Amino acid sequence: MMQLAAFTWLASLPYEFPGPEIPLPRWVNTAQRWSAEHLSFLTTPLSDFVKDQVFAGMNAGLEWVWPPVLMIIVAAFAYFASGRRWVLPIGSVIGMLLLWNLGLWDATIQTFSLVLLATVVAVAIGLPVGIASALSPTTRKIITPILDFMQTMPAFVYLLPAIPFFGLGAFSAIIATVVFSTPPCVRLITLGILQVPEDLIEAADSFGSTRRQKLFKVQLPMAMPTIMAGVNQTIMLSLSMVVIAAMISAPGLGQKVWLAISMNNTGRGITSGLAIVILAIILDRMTQRLGRRKHDDK
Amino acid sequence: MAKIKVEHLTKIFGSRPHQGLRMLDAGKSNKEIREAGHAVGCADVSFEVEEGELLVVMGLSGSGKSTLIRCLNLLNSVTRGHVYVDGDDITAYDREQLLDYRRRKVSMVFQHFALFPYRTVTDNAAYGLEIQRMDKAERRRRARENLQLVGLKGWEDAYPGQLSGGMQQRVGLARALTVGSDILLMDEAFSALDPLIRRDMQHELVRMQQKLKKTIVFITHDLDEALQLGDRIVLMKDGRVVQFDTPEGILNNPASRYVERFVENVDKSQAMTARGAMVRARVVAFDHDGPRTVLHKMNEEDHVSIAVVKRDYTFVGSIGIEAAEQAVKRGDKSIDALIETIAPVSPDTPLSEVINQLAQTPYSLPVVDDDSHELLGVVTRTSVISVLADDVGGSTVPPEDGEIESRSAEA
Repeated sequence: MMQLAAFTWLASLPYEFPGPEIPLPRWVNTAQRWSAEHLSFLTTPLSDFVKDQVFAGMNAGLEWVWPPVLMIIVAAFAYFASGRRWVLPIGSVIGMLLLWNLGLWDATIQTFSLVLLATVVAVAIGLPVGIASALSPTTRKIITPILDFMQTMPAFVYLLPAIPFFGLGAFSAIIATVVFSTPPCVRLITLGILQVPEDLIEAADSFGSTRRQKLFKVQLPMAMPTIMAGVNQTIMLSLSMVVIAAMISAPGLGQKVWLAISMNNTGRGITSGLAIVILAIILDRMTQRLGRRKHDDK
Repeated sequence: MAKIKVEHLTKIFGSRPHQGLRMLDAGKSNKEIREAGHAVGCADVSFEVEEGELLVVMGLSGSGKSTLIRCLNLLNSVTRGHVYVDGDDITAYDREQLLDYRRRKVSMVFQHFALFPYRTVTDNAAYGLEIQRMDKAERRRRARENLQLVGLKGWEDAYPGQLSGGMQQRVGLARALTVGSDILLMDEAFSALDPLIRRDMQHELVRMQQKLKKTIVFITHDLDEALQLGDRIVLMKDGRVVQFDTPEGILNNPASRYVERFVENVDKSQAMTARGAMVRARVVAFDHDGPRTVLHKMNEEDHVSIAVVKRDYTFVGSIGIEAAEQAVKRGDKSIDALIETIAPVSPDTPLSEVINQLAQTPYSLPVVDDDSHELLGVVTRTSVISVLADDVGGSTVPPEDGEIESRSAEA
C-alpha cells in the first residue's frame, strides 16, 4: 500500500493536453472559404458547364435511345470484350431488362455517366503522373506519400470541401470521385512500367532507342495489361464513390438508395442496391479482359 | 587496325565507383572492395578484336564477362579505360553519337532472347530499323530477308510466344542482323537452349559467319562452345583476363600463372592429376553393342566419341562418331572394327601430361585403373579447363556445370 501511495501524484496529472489547441480546423475552414471565394470566377462556370452541358448532355443522349437498343449495343460490346463468348452479353441483357422493369433505367444511366466522366478524368491525370513516377525515382518519392494520403483519407471527407467550390450536385461528385479513384490508377501504371523485364529495356537501348521510343514502343505496350487493370480498378472505385456522393446530391442510383433509407423502405433500398451490383458486374467484366494479349502464351 | 580495341577497361558498380577504383589501385582484393559496398565488374581488361573475327569471352558466372560485353555498347558505363571501335573512342561519345553508334554499328543478342511479345516475328526483327524511322515496307522487307537467312521462313506473322526457345533465339539473331551493323554482341546467346538445339545453333552461326564476316563478340561459360566457335578466346576470372589466345593455345599451354601454380601444387592436391580432372563417363558402349546403339548413345549425350568397355567395365578402346556413322550406313553388325586403341591414362597421371595427350586426339581421354583396367571416368577438354580456370588456391566461385561437380567422384 505504501508503494502505491507513492504513485498517487500520477492521478493528479491533467488528462487534457496542457496548452491551447492548435486551431487547425479553423485554419482549414478559413483557407477553404478564402479560396472558394477568390476562385469562384473559375470554379462556378466550370461546375455549371460540366453539370449543365457535359453531364446533362450525356444523360440526354443516352436516355434518348430506346432502352432495348442500348441493351443490344452493350451486349455487342460485352460479346467482343469477353472474347466472343455468350455468357456476358446474355447476362448483361437480363440484368438490364430487370433495371428497366424496376424503373431504375434513368438512374442507372446517370450513375454510368458520372462513372464514365470521373474515369476519363482520373485516367487522364493518372497516365502522365504514373509515367512520370515510373521514369523518375525522385518524382516517385514525392508522389507516393501524396497517393497514400489521398487513399487513406476517408472518402466521405472529400465530399465536404467540394461543395463550397463547386456547389451541390454532379460536378462536386465527379471531383470527389476523381480524388478517390486516381491513386490506384497512378500506382498500377507505375507498377506496370517498372515491371517491364530488364532485358527488354536493354534490348530497346541496345538498338539505339531514344527515351521516347523506348516508352512508346516497349514500356507502355509491355505495361498495357497492368495499365488496363488500373483502368478497371478506377472504374470500380468510381462506381462506389459515385454512389456515396449521393450525400451531396449527386443524381443516380445512390440517390435512390438514400431515398429508400429516408423512407425506411427496405424493398426499394435492396432493389436500388441490386441495380448498382448489376452495373458494377457489367462494367467490371467488360473491362477486365481489356489488357490481355492474345499471344501471351508464356 | 583492330575493329574493336579495349584498353585497360575497368568497371566498378556502386554509388561511388571512384572510391572502388582507388581501392582497386591500392591492390585490395575483390572481396574487400565488395565489403566496402562496391562491386568489381571488370578490372583492367585489354584485348582486340579483328574485323571479321569471332572472339569468345569465356568465364564462369561472376567472372565479369557479361559486364564486359555491356561496356562494348555502353549499356554499362565505363569507369575507366577506353573502348575504340574503328579507331573512335566510344566512351567519349555524347548522347547523339551513342545513339547513332548503337543504331548503325553494333547490335546485341540476349541470353533470354528479350523479344517483344506483343510484336510479330517480323516486327521484332524490324525493330532496329523502325527506331531509325525507316518506312514500314522497306524495313519489313529487310526483316523478312534476315528471317529467311536464320531459317524462319513461314513464321513471319507468328508471335514470339508461339515459338520454341531455339526459334525465338533465331528471331533474336535476325533482329540483330536486320540493322546491318558490322558488330554483333552475343551474350550467352545459346546458353538457355537445349544441348542439341544449342549445337545446331552453333553450327548455323559458323555457317552464317562464313558468309557474313561480321565482327562477333560471343560470351559463354561453356568451354566446348568457346572452342567450337572462337577464332580466339578471352578467358576471364574475377573480372580480369586470365588468358587471351587461340583455342589451341589455351589447350596446349594454359596461362602461365595458372600452370605455375598448378605445378607448385601438384604434390599437395589430388586435383592436379587425371583423377582430379576426370568426369564420370555418362554413357559407355559395351563391346557387344551394335553400331546403331553406339551412335545413338553418342547423339543422346552430344559426344563426339565414346569409350568401349567389357561387361565388367574393363576398358577396350574408343569409337569416334564419324566411324560409327559410316558403320551404320554400311549396315555393319559389329563394332569390333571401329574400336580405336587409345592409350588410356592412369588416375595418377599428372595433369600436364594429360593435357599433352588431350591435345593430340579429338576424343576424350579414358582414365583407367592400373590394376583392374576398369574405366573410372574420362577427361574432356571442358573438364581440364574447368580445373584450370577454377582457382587452385580455393576459389569462391561455385562451378556452374554439373560436370565440374563430379570432378572428385570416385569410380
